[in-house]
Parts: sequence; structure tokens; C-alpha cells
Amino acid sequence: MDFLLEDSFPRPLVALAGNPNTGKSTIFNALTGMKQHTGNWPGKTVSLARGTFYHKNVRFNIVDLPGTYSLLANSLEEQVARNFILFNRPDVMLVVTDATCLERNLNLVLQIMEITDRIIVCVNLIDEATKKGIYVDSDVLSEELGVPVVATAARRGIGLYELKEMILKVYSGEIKPSPRKVNYGEELEKAIGELVPRLEKTFSDGINPRWLALNIISGDYSIEDIKKLIKVRDKNRGGNAYGYSYFSTVPRNRELR
Amino acid sequence: MEKHVITLDKLPIGKTGRVAALLSKGLFRRRLLDLGFVPGTPITAYFTSFTGDPTAYRIRGTVIALRKEDASKILVIPE
Repeated sequence: MDFLLEDSFPRPLVALAGNPNTGKSTIFNALTGMKQHTGNWPGKTVSLARGTFYHKNVRFNIVDLPGTYSLLANSLEEQVARNFILFNRPDVMLVVTDATCLERNLNLVLQIMEITDRIIVCVNLIDEATKKGIYVDSDVLSEELGVPVVATAARRGIGLYELKEMILKVYSGEIKPSPRKVNYGEELEKAIGELVPRLEKTFSDGINPRWLALNIISGDYSIEDIKKLIKVRDKNRGGNAYGYSYFSTVPRNRELR
Repeated sequence: MEKHVITLDKLPIGKTGRVAALLSKGLFRRRLLDLGFVPGTPITAYFTSFTGDPTAYRIRGTVIALRKEDASKILVIPE
């Protein structure tokens, strides 16, 4: 499983992220025509599923990331998802949300918006939401977030064409999402402003410096942690690493499936 | 009128309250926030395991089980 090596990843690369149970795998299957197992238990998608689909003669490679509520790297799933977004820098980042409980899903959307610009929010399960009397105005949501929003009901195939169109448009640059940045207040923003230029110098790898600054300020990561991660990644680049264990700092004895 | 604040583990089964504050710090606090334990959010004690710990809570459309120890770090205002 050397597919996590950044350089070997075929492009254009689309990554699917989202909370657990939002139908990421259903969308993945609908796009690729594959029959990836879908199921409702934690850790279902811990091995990244890969597939391809064509839209208007462009061959997209798509990766189904594990479902997470956050990108804090509290768990294996979160580490895999976060490292993938940080290091593999997908050409299009598709965040799948559940229309029936959109609010809790937006937490992850905001976190991903802090890492990457090329993001599309997919509001899935609109059929379920309609049953519950919930109507999501994707235009307003799109305006609020500054990124394209596509409503889908993947199980019934609703909205999938629009989704593919949007993926193509974001990939080609026809549509340029400009995610609204969270303003953390004067004091923090000043600190971020001081950190960002220095981090840009230290990590010219293209890891979003604002994200790094935020994580260092919040105490989640030290620069050493990030350096270690990059070192591990570089060491394994081109090597025959097993799975994503080198990407995540998971103890050896933990069972990887 | 100020309603009395209790810790989440004291919320009776079937009753609903609103998250008032989180007493935990650091990563665990962030974890709780990520899961939707944000001040003002309605939370319902759903059911408890037969040993009485952990207890399942319904919050923002999902059921989440918390240990008594962790639930005692969350302040709620019963409704």
C-alpha cells in the first residue's frame, strides 16, 4: 500500500471527507460505480478506498477518507484524514455533510476550510431531511461559507451530475472557492500574523502555514511534531512502507486493518 | 431567575438540559466541542447501561455515550 506516497498519487485527486454516517461511501460508490462496502460502524473506512470516475473526458482519482468529527488526530481515523489532506493536498476536497444535522457537520467543514481552499461542500441526505421537514438553502450556505455547495441524495442518484460538474469546475479553476476564514480576534490574529511568515520559511512544503500557526498556538502540535511527521513522510517516500502507519504516530501494537 | 446548574451525570434519564459550560481543559475539551457539546446546546439523557455507567446522551441528532467521570465535567441547566 504505497499509495499514500504523495508523488505516486495519480492526479487529479479528489478526496472525500465528512462526519461518520453522512454517506461518503455511498457517494464514492455512486461516482465510481464501485461496490465499496458501506456500513454503519466506527472504523469502517479505515483502509482508504480508491477509485476513478470520468467526467467530460477527465479521469478523476477519488479517495474515500475515514469519517471523522474533527481533524484533531485524537484517533487513527482522524490522523489518517488529517495527514491525507495536509500532505497529499487533494486537487478537490469534497466534504460530505448530513442535511438532517447540518450544524454538527459544519465543525469539520470549518476545520478543513482552514487547511485547503479547493473545497466543495456536499449536503447529502436531502431526501431524509425533507422527510423531517428540513430544507437546506444551499445558495445561502454557499454564500456564508464562501465555497460551492451541492445538495445530493446519493442513494437515489439525485445531484450527482451537479456534483461531478462542480468537481470539474473547481479542478479546472472555473470556480474558485474562497473559504471564509474564521477571525480569532485581535490578539490571536496578531500572533498568527507573526507566526505565519516564519512558518512559511521553515515549511516550504506547502503545508498551510495558517493552519500550522493555529495548531501551535492552541498547543495541539509543536513544530517538532510537524517536523517529525514530514521527516517520516520523506523517509518513506519511494520506500516500501506498509499502509499509512508511517503517516500516523500509532503505536505498533495497534491492529491496522 | 437563575436556574440551578448541575453536572451532566446528575441529569435524570429522559430529562433534557442545555449545556452551560465545560470544566475540562485541553484536548478533551476540544474533543467534546467537536462532538457538539457547545454551550447552549440541548442535551437529553437517553438511557444508561445496566451498570449505570456509561450513559447515552442525545445531542444534535446523535447519541453519544459518556462515562460518569467525563459527564461530571460538563455543566448543564435542566429544562
